[in-house]
Amino acid sequence: MSKTYYNTEDLRKFKNITDWSEELGEKFFEYYGSVFKEGALTAREKSLIALAVSHVVKCPYCIDAYTKDGLQKGITKEEMMEAVHVGAAIESGATLVHGVQMMNKYEKLSM
Amino acid sequence: MIKKSLHLREDHLSKPQKQLEILSNGIFKDGSLPTFKHKISNRQDHPLRANKLEILQLNLGYMCNQVCEHCHVDAGPDRKEIMSKDTMLQCLDVIKKTGVHTLDLTGGAPEMNPNFRWFVEEASKLGIADFIVRSNLTIIKANKKYHDLPLFFKEHNIHVVSSMPHWTKGKTDKQRGDGVFQKSIEALQELNEIGYGMPGSSLKLDLVYNPSGAFLPGDQTALEIEFKRNLITDFQINFHNLFAITNLPISRFLDYLLVSDNYEDYMYTLVDAFNPAALANVMCTNTLSVSWDGWLYDCDFNQMLELKVNSKLKHINDFNEEVLWNRDIVISQHCYGCTAGAGSSCQGSVI
Repeated sequence: MSKTYYNTEDLRKFKNITDWSEELGEKFFEYYGSVFKEGALTAREKSLIALAVSHVVKCPYCIDAYTKDGLQKGITKEEMMEAVHVGAAIESGATLVHGVQMMNKYEKLSM
Repeated sequence: MIKKSLHLREDHLSKPQKQLEILSNGIFKDGSLPTFKHKISNRQDHPLRANKLEILQLNLGYMCNQVCEHCHVDAGPDRKEIMSKDTMLQCLDVIKKTGVHTLDLTGGAPEMNPNFRWFVEEASKLGIADFIVRSNLTIIKANKKYHDLPLFFKEHNIHVVSSMPHWTKGKTDKQRGDGVFQKSIEALQELNEIGYGMPGSSLKLDLVYNPSGAFLPGDQTALEIEFKRNLITDFQINFHNLFAITNLPISRFLDYLLVSDNYEDYMYTLVDAFNPAALANVMCTNTLSVSWDGWLYDCDFNQMLELKVNSKLKHINDFNEEVLWNRDIVISQHCYGCTAGAGSSCQGSVI
């Protein structure tokens, strides 16, 4: 089997980060659990946001986890893909809005 | 989509013994995951024991008009196993002798048993509080002789429980076969027209949701809200409750898990989601499942794995409630399906 930096089985071991720093690990997981509870936003809405962000931060573990989570919540593939596009639009927008900086600099340096 | 049962294809997985071997070998044999017995061995629920019998589930036969991808019965049009009238008479005796409050008819498509209507008429005279028929909906539209089933159900105050994996056509037809969604929608509309599933109606219509893939059902209440919102908006369909049921790793669903290379991940998911609160409420402790040929099982899943009750009497011929009471429940790794997350039973989540 070829070795890669990412192994799907490692997602199952996520909780093990607590082994080397119990206090911080437990605080993180408690916080994480609270964030995803039903609140002003539904758990369903939070799952779609998490899926979009997973793509933007390009985390394969997160993509696996929130695709599965979406399926469990009955979220359709059309809804999932739209969420990914929302993430992609913001990410490409973030690149393109820097074009204004480029334009400003260009104008400043040009006679 | 699968067009034939494992049985018809003479697939090795059609043999319960082969399924049990798979469930006991590999990750469970090498210790990567604990066996179910090991997992519950230090809990007060161990060993799981039968309490008072409350629910009698009768499998009227494995014949079905559908060949669903996930079916734990491996049902289909080719299956000829059908409960006889003699066995049905024995079941009626058991209902009279015991205090069961729920009678649950399943299959296959139970309506395809030639003595189905006779049995329902006889059983409904016995005053059971909750008389369930698990109807796949499309049977109502399958043939002219079934078109009046909704009225027949109403006449006998049957509680109709029907499968619906999603509120969209694509997911439903993928799991249950082309055209199933449209026919199911039409059948639900017909049931609504005569009062089934309507708000405040005593004609109970519940839907069963099974995930269409290698994942667990989400929160039952949240799913019910989504189902209701979408079915009302798109099709003006009403129903009462949604039962979210976990797919157990047996028969055609096990075949799917193995072929799609999801088996190990799915078993890890089930074991990781083990919930002691669900263990305390598993259905096998108050249910008895009777097969088409009269053998007794702790649940419908054990029936399909041919794991008969652990008692000196194993057949309805010899039924004795006292002897069956407190028997040890027969378990294997498939039981993790009923203890994962919010738990799972034929009535949905258990916590």
